[in-house]
Amino acid sequence: MTHDQKNILSVRDMSHEEIDVLLSVAAKFDQSEFTGHELDGKILAVLFFEPSTRTRMSFSSAMMRLGGQILNFGSVAASSVVKGETLSDTIRVTSGYADAIVLRHPKEGAARLASEIAAVPVINGGDGAGQHPSQTLQDLFTIRKSMQLENIDVGVQGDLRYGRTVHSLANALTKYDNIRLHTIAPEGLELPNYLRQDLTDAGMEVIAHESIEEIISALDVLYVTRLQRERFPDPAAFASFAATYRITSALLARAKPSMIILHPLPRVDEIDPAVDALPCAKYFQQAHYGVSVRMAMLHEVMRP
Amino acid sequence: MKRVGNEGIVISPIKNGTVIDHITPGKGLTVIRILGIQTGTPVTFTVATNVMSTRGGRKDMVKIENRELMKAEVGKIALVAPDAKISIIRDFTVAAKKSVEIPSDIAGVIRCPNPNCITNTREPVESRFVVHPRGFQCWYCDTVISREMDISDYI
Repeated sequence: MTHDQKNILSVRDMSHEEIDVLLSVAAKFDQSEFTGHELDGKILAVLFFEPSTRTRMSFSSAMMRLGGQILNFGSVAASSVVKGETLSDTIRVTSGYADAIVLRHPKEGAARLASEIAAVPVINGGDGAGQHPSQTLQDLFTIRKSMQLENIDVGVQGDLRYGRTVHSLANALTKYDNIRLHTIAPEGLELPNYLRQDLTDAGMEVIAHESIEEIISALDVLYVTRLQRERFPDPAAFASFAATYRITSALLARAKPSMIILHPLPRVDEIDPAVDALPCAKYFQQAHYGVSVRMAMLHEVMRP
Repeated sequence: MKRVGNEGIVISPIKNGTVIDHITPGKGLTVIRILGIQTGTPVTFTVATNVMSTRGGRKDMVKIENRELMKAEVGKIALVAPDAKISIIRDFTVAAKKSVEIPSDIAGVIRCPNPNCITNTREPVESRFVVHPRGFQCWYCDTVISREMDISDYI
């Protein structure tokens, strides 16, 4: 790692001010305030050790919109990894080919290790069940498009035990003032105790609810995540939970008119498709904002 | 010969080396392991375990001949025995005496309990833990070893 190398590995490393600057740049890009030459002549190495079409495509799109070029690692099956090369060696070699690296890897902490070896900036594109800062910044950006990031009630519903997007968002929200987190999850999939403790220690009020009905009218943001079939003991248990945890237009009739719904996608049955047409449904816009946010991240680490 | 407490346990004094006293009871052998002393290591050492302490209660005690501990090693011992006292012995007299202090950054000592952590692969990287409000946090994957867990399980 060089002394002035800028990496984006985890939102945890970023201060409130750094996040705000990055989101403001993303907001400019979102309004088409860019020339398309900001990263002329720059090359981004896209190293994805596990499949993720959306993250890969949105980083590639972001780089191309700013005038840069993409160097694709391709599939792991066709790389030196199958010959037994370590990540450390792959990063050392790739550093010489590009001006920045975006890495997605199945092992937690891979991006931080890569940043210590690379001679160019590293952006974490998701490492195992660990950090995925571009998703979190995209979530924060979507909220900020609709309201101020302070003094709000944020509901999180779904698989709160294993859902890393929720963990990362909750941690990021502790950097802002007076945000209350309301959790709604099936038994066994509640927010892990250690995370609840960390959030409380950071000054956040965390309130668990039995059902979404009891809190829907107070929420400013409802963040829904997918319930994964394999987390349930049997199909009947899954079907029962899926019905209970489904967001419908009838439920939303009791929500504040200004409330917004986010979802990291892909969605399965947790949100009724009829909800998509309502003004509160921001999840597809949230996905689109991913490009502007990733443009801001690439610009931040590679701008001259 | 030195008498420890009032139980009649005797440990021979050493001419040169290190005495680690007031180790948390039951952690004497872990201290030996932390210092990299294994079967076959050509080091003479003595471990006394669960002996009465003059401060009250029980303690473990370790004596290592002809070896003076380095600062980094002292920090490692603090992880499992935060109340330990270290005496450097030269020619049968105490040349230096110091307390241990838990370092804020610990490299290469604690194994990350997360099997999916990058440090538990064949990457050429040392584990690294930093102090966290709940205990120690893996620098790479953020896993926390909390105070309720026995850190010696990961050393």
